[in-house]
Amino acid sequence: MGAAARFILRRKGGKGWHWTDIVTWVWLIGGLIIMFGPAMWLAFSSFKTPAALNEFPPSILPYVTSQATVQGYDKPLQLFEAKMPDGTTKVLAEVRRIGLVAQMVDPTTPGEIIKVNMNDRTPVRSVSFATENYTEPFTQFDFLRYLWNSVFVTVVATLITLIVNSMAAFALSKYEFTGRNLAMFVILATLMVPLSVIMVPLYSIISTLGMFNSLWGVILPTVATPTGVFILRQYMLTIPDELIDAARMDKASEWQIYWRIVLPLTAPALAVLAIFSVVWRWNDFLWPLIVLSRRELYTLQVGLSIYSGELNVQWHFILAMTVVTMIPVVLVFIFLQRFITTGIAGTGLK
Amino acid sequence: MGEIKLTDVNKSYGSVHVLKDINLHIKDGEFVVFVGPSGCGKSTLLRTIAGLEKITAGEIQIDRKRVNETSAADRGLAMVFQSYALYPHMSVRQNLAFGLENSSMPKAEITERIGEAARMLEIDQYLDRRPGQLSGGQRQRVAIGRAIVRRPTAFLLDEPLSNLDAELRVSTRAEIAALHTRIGSTMIYVTHDQVEAMTLAHRIVVMRAGKIEQVGTPLDLYNEPANRFVAGFIGAPHMNFLKAEVAAVELGTVTLTIGGGHKLLVPLSGHKLKVGDKVTVGIRPQHITLAADPGSLTVKTRLVEALGSETVIHADLHGEKLLAVVQGQKQIGSGDEVHFSVAGAPLHLFDENGLRVKSA
Amino acid sequence: MTSTTTSSHLGALLMAPVNALMRVVDIPLRGLQKSTGIGGMAAFFLAPNMLIFGIFVLLPLFINIVYSTTGGTAFFLSERSFVGTEQYQRLFTCTNYLDPMSCQEDAFWTAVGNTFWFVVLQVALMILVSLVTALILNRDLIGRSFWRAVFFFPVLLSPVVVGLIWKWILQRQGLLNFILYEIGNVTPYTWLTDRNWTFIATIGVSIWAHMGLYTLILLAGLQAIPKDLYEAAEMDGTKPARVFWRITLPLLAPNLLVVVVLALIKAVQIFDEVYVLTGGGPGTSTLYLTQYIYETGFASALRNPGLAAAASILMGLVLVVLTLMQLGLGRKNENKGKR
Repeated sequence: MGAAARFILRRKGGKGWHWTDIVTWVWLIGGLIIMFGPAMWLAFSSFKTPAALNEFPPSILPYVTSQATVQGYDKPLQLFEAKMPDGTTKVLAEVRRIGLVAQMVDPTTPGEIIKVNMNDRTPVRSVSFATENYTEPFTQFDFLRYLWNSVFVTVVATLITLIVNSMAAFALSKYEFTGRNLAMFVILATLMVPLSVIMVPLYSIISTLGMFNSLWGVILPTVATPTGVFILRQYMLTIPDELIDAARMDKASEWQIYWRIVLPLTAPALAVLAIFSVVWRWNDFLWPLIVLSRRELYTLQVGLSIYSGELNVQWHFILAMTVVTMIPVVLVFIFLQRFITTGIAGTGLK
Repeated sequence: MGEIKLTDVNKSYGSVHVLKDINLHIKDGEFVVFVGPSGCGKSTLLRTIAGLEKITAGEIQIDRKRVNETSAADRGLAMVFQSYALYPHMSVRQNLAFGLENSSMPKAEITERIGEAARMLEIDQYLDRRPGQLSGGQRQRVAIGRAIVRRPTAFLLDEPLSNLDAELRVSTRAEIAALHTRIGSTMIYVTHDQVEAMTLAHRIVVMRAGKIEQVGTPLDLYNEPANRFVAGFIGAPHMNFLKAEVAAVELGTVTLTIGGGHKLLVPLSGHKLKVGDKVTVGIRPQHITLAADPGSLTVKTRLVEALGSETVIHADLHGEKLLAVVQGQKQIGSGDEVHFSVAGAPLHLFDENGLRVKSA
Repeated sequence: MTSTTTSSHLGALLMAPVNALMRVVDIPLRGLQKSTGIGGMAAFFLAPNMLIFGIFVLLPLFINIVYSTTGGTAFFLSERSFVGTEQYQRLFTCTNYLDPMSCQEDAFWTAVGNTFWFVVLQVALMILVSLVTALILNRDLIGRSFWRAVFFFPVLLSPVVVGLIWKWILQRQGLLNFILYEIGNVTPYTWLTDRNWTFIATIGVSIWAHMGLYTLILLAGLQAIPKDLYEAAEMDGTKPARVFWRITLPLLAPNLLVVVVLALIKAVQIFDEVYVLTGGGPGTSTLYLTQYIYETGFASALRNPGLAAAASILMGLVLVVLTLMQLGLGRKNENKGKR
């Protein structure tokens, strides 16, 4: 441990500690807590029962108060650890509370009531994960449906994005034709058209096409991403034109050149776009919120926001479903983090 | 059959005219080399024959059929590219099979053809490797193999040796020549290296600035270059060019005056030269010999390179450069005065337009 | 060797039906290629993307302008009546231009004001935090990629999740109150019902969610500064503060400008996480422009798509100016690189 600490805190050139080193480590540790803490807190909370969620001050781990059924009482009674006048402690069940005095019984000898001062007893608690927070929304609410809708939208939109964008990128990188620069300009220009600027007319177009309250209405407007065309085109420009000439001499049709030569060679860029697209579509909120008004069509994001906006928020379910919603993105982050960060640093795109 | 005929072929990109009135008839089984400096249009000409580029005017025929509108895939030709253009994501076997699969050939025949080509090129043991795992020379063989399995009417080779090192280039050159003898198909070969052209070609097509300068056998081009450009391009080191003036015209001989008042006698008849005409006389460095008598060309050496078997002398003749390659080792230093003789050497005369003054 | 061959066999097995499909697709496409030539195939490859693009991006852009000149609550253009510049006039009718409440469309001006202060404060603070983080991550640090990942993590989270995480923390029984209670025995406070605190919360949460992206871009910029410049400065005995002001900052300036504009563009459009966190409230204290457009266009009972379109066009103009600035900066940097 000491050696490890010395290794981590070692300074270049064996110099002493400078005030900037202290700032650095305070900033990093603080960052670690602020960046990871909230999500961890949410994840821990998601395993608590509604009663535990309402406690203040809250505990980090999900505790439940132990209960016991005692002979002669209909309802299960809460168990407490009580300090007896002789200094020993005993586990007792509380029958009722009057002012500062609790009337308690020993579960082993239920007949005798023991009076204990409020401050001399602490609840017996044990760690217990309320997994029903996770199972119930799937069985009793529509969350399985929302999960499926989200998966459907994400997978289908990503597949269409990859195909449509790569075809366009192929045309824009490997063919000479009039209007190529115009097409490229139009695509780049629309990089600056965010959804919030066109949502009203876009909604009317979707309605006209009969795609209101349809997952296709969520998918289609998002798939022709200018970013995707741009990333793929830049990559395809690095594929030598002689390869395409060679394929033409080999009697390959243009479609085969696209499918058998260019697409396999663009695999790294396609992977980057696929990751981005999955994250984008999984996280989409405003547009699905506009297009989908029937509960059974909600995506996870829309479902979560609607449920959390209700008057009587069932936080135990909301928290669990938020964790479920986070899982794919966290997995992407854990396994592909390096890939993504270098990708963003290289292109400046998100 | 692999007969290719180009008639008045022209090609331009916008206002840039890259091929100008190309006329060429390549016979079946012929090995033709397009040679010229970079940017002369030789690769473009090859690509128009391949069908990878469209021509703007003229006609291309393959086996007497007009193919202007035929796509590259349907012209029945195969090409070997300068960068080899092997598909990096496919194994050698898949690279060879790709073209055959596209013409929906039965699997058995594909296997047979690949086996045959692999044996011929000695690449059997690499068939399951990817191009990235092969050396430059091996990749080159695969690229040739990909053309061979197609059994094309003609092979088009675009500077196939330029990515190899010098030693490998010489041995592969010999292999390509042997391959041509063995297969007997028409081959069109593009290079900027005149040595490759001289050693490989039945006929050489010398190009400059989109035009054909001369077509002929290697020795035709060497012995009777049609103009100054061809004369300078073919042969290494380059031919010497000296300014000259016609001093006397007699039956069968022309007497020229060159720098310093030296007189040269050139056997020539049936020409239109008159006394006083300005001409250029070309002498190949190998045709100059050292002479003892001061009556011949007296020059001052600037640099002497002793190569062992021969000696290269860079000399100065009244302000004009003169290069001589003489056999054996000579005791000459830089700055020495020596005497050159061109007696009996073939002298090439070019008129003011750079065209050869021909004997009738 | 064996494992790679098995995995490639598996891949081949999975790809077999797709490849078969592609071979079938190829037959009509070869026919198409025969009749249109190679140039026609270029159009074929471009068509799907441009079609989707045209219908769902370009067309709405033009319709938006028409929309903003029509009135009524109907969404179909044919059912809407032409009103000229009425919607714009409505947006700009105020008795006192310094007081949003005096305007006919007071919600719009409240949203504009909120968005303006949000953008200014959020971008300034976020760039500062990102810059400090990037400078720290650029130090000679053990486990740099781990630390970079720590700050980047929230960027991938969905805005809804971000909103919920913080809504949960800012609850009356939430973590923040707990910490304050533990430290200073502060009475639990309902942060999300206080006008001033919600505004601050939206700024803080959006910085938390997005700073990682800007840190990453700035870090890439810092790492592109040639090391020998620092070595030269060290040889000259330059003080660290002077190195920062005279070397690091000037060389980072192009990146910094791009990052600022990028952050401005995103901040102007803020919606998702705020909508989940505060719903624009309490009252209109965190009502931002996108939410105004959304509610005017769709959500409220008195919806007015024409007014929403007019407001979105005004917002679009701001974004166009910002984007042109970004493109201009990009070009300037490129030219610098060439010189």
